[in-house]
Amino acid sequence: MSATTAAGPKSVEPKSVKPKSAGPKSVKRVLVYVLLSVGLLIMSAPFLWMALSSFKTTSELTASPPVWIPTEWTLDNFRDLLDKLDLPLYFMNSVIVAVLVTVSNLVFCSMLGYALAKLNFAGRNKIFGLVLGALMVPGNLMLLPLFVLMSKMQLIDSYAGLVLPFAAGAFGVFLMRQFMQSIPDELLEAARMDGAGEWYIFWRIVMPLVKPALATLSIFTFLGSWNNFVWPLIATNDPDKYTLPVALATFATDPNKAGGSNGMLMAGSFLIVLPVLVVFIALQRHFTQGIATAGMK
Amino acid sequence: MSTTTGKAAQPAKVQAAPGATASPAAGPKGPRRRGKPSMGVQNVAGWLFSTPFLVLFLVFMAVPIIATLVMSFTDFGLRNVTHPMDANFIGLDNYTQLFSDDKFLKSLFNTAYFVVVGVPLTILIGLVVAVLLNNGIDRARTFFRVGFYAPVVTTIVAVAVVWRFVLDPSDGLVAGLFSEVGLTAPDFLGSETLAMPSMIAMAVWRNVGTVMVLFIAGLQAIPTEVREAARLDGANVWQEFKGITVPLLRPTLLYATVITTIGYLNVFEEPFVMTQGGPSDSTLTVSLNMYREGFNFFHMGYASAMAYVLFVVIMGITVLQLRLLKDNTK
Repeated sequence: MSATTAAGPKSVEPKSVKPKSAGPKSVKRVLVYVLLSVGLLIMSAPFLWMALSSFKTTSELTASPPVWIPTEWTLDNFRDLLDKLDLPLYFMNSVIVAVLVTVSNLVFCSMLGYALAKLNFAGRNKIFGLVLGALMVPGNLMLLPLFVLMSKMQLIDSYAGLVLPFAAGAFGVFLMRQFMQSIPDELLEAARMDGAGEWYIFWRIVMPLVKPALATLSIFTFLGSWNNFVWPLIATNDPDKYTLPVALATFATDPNKAGGSNGMLMAGSFLIVLPVLVVFIALQRHFTQGIATAGMK
Repeated sequence: MSTTTGKAAQPAKVQAAPGATASPAAGPKGPRRRGKPSMGVQNVAGWLFSTPFLVLFLVFMAVPIIATLVMSFTDFGLRNVTHPMDANFIGLDNYTQLFSDDKFLKSLFNTAYFVVVGVPLTILIGLVVAVLLNNGIDRARTFFRVGFYAPVVTTIVAVAVVWRFVLDPSDGLVAGLFSEVGLTAPDFLGSETLAMPSMIAMAVWRNVGTVMVLFIAGLQAIPTEVREAARLDGANVWQEFKGITVPLLRPTLLYATVITTIGYLNVFEEPFVMTQGGPSDSTLTVSLNMYREGFNFFHMGYASAMAYVLFVVIMGITVLQLRLLKDNTK
């Protein structure tokens, strides 16, 4: 499996050889469909539960045994939640941080990816070793000194504090290097012969050629930031700087909650998960490709 | 498998061939390349392009990793956040204390439990789903793949909140299913024996999609000719699976196992949101324990020692897995 297959989405051709025999073949098919459908039902059940519960009245939320489908749909949970939490603010915080993290990753990871894929310099392999090493390091290992460092730099409760530790991820470097290797050297050599500098080549020739990879990296980075929890939890004390997951978790684990907040928590989860699911379904091809690319080593 | 990463992973000598792809234009021995800038230019450009990443890596990864180690030998506390240099060196005290700390040992056990049960389940179910999807379903394949992968992309804090209510013994989804068949649901998250299995169930639900996608990619990579040749030789489905699918999926299996294990060893959000480590510490994981020691009680030196023990465990297990599962025929 060469790295180049990752470039250019190819539609997946059905691999099954289908002789025209009914009988056992079609029985097998039905069985496969049944198994997968059951699996799919299990996978989607929590989401359905979340969506349905968000619109239930308090009495139906706490009914035992539970009510499957709300008999009267209500928006009270969302209304109460908006009264309790400044959701638009947290939403903006999440978006700002995710955008900054994504843009910086696109630029920095691409730069190093280009150097590793196409520039021949002393120490290249050592840097690549560093990148692979960074892929393996669990994020929790750095939390304590990172907190001290950020406190010292006065960056707790600031966007910079939330963005900087994630501004250039190893995964992005790996992905971009993988894609850029498939660019023919002749193309770059020709540009160099014409007197183009590396900076020009990188921005004007290489970057436009790896647009699919940039799209994949954007999606992954943005989502990773959107879903990120541990560091934002530590790096924010001021509720005005909370991102959505931090706000939700703080609300969910608050020991002196007002009663009847189950519906609010469900509505909150629904509001955080919904955009993610919509984006994922719209761009699902990029996801599966990105994961598969990372796995091809 | 591209050989490039393997080559680069060993700190080999930098060779003169640019890029790691074997371009056909690179002649058998063409020392003179037209249009190549001198080594000097490439060197400078290479380092300049690497600088942003390296600076960020140094400040936010390399230095903190070393700092964690240094802190783990001190009595670093809340006042040291403003005066880090005032922390006292206490040698190995944090480490010796760790291994007589029942709470830590319990969190170590809980994390091990989570990994030992969770990883095989996730890998197995992911593999089964991938094989099913790869077998004679073409029209609905994308639909199913999206459905199985959806939990992976969702915000873990949000789905942990949802699962809390799904598992609620009186008004949750599972309680509803129990009552449909005339049973009373147990208090999953409130029971010392059931809380961890419930959490594992959620983790499997959330991560099966990743494993599935990896295995689908692995299965697609197996050339059809190989399968057809086997069928012509009269191999049955089981023989084909054992003789072709399993050996060729070995690298995928290795990768999936390693990343799932690392993820599960670090498990934090699920217990944080669902149980806060309870009941009676039965779901307290090492990461959650570390977070509490460090950021609730500000025993930061002690928490750093915990972080390092976890790190060493993760490294050790990863190396072990690479050894055990590595394909020796390559």
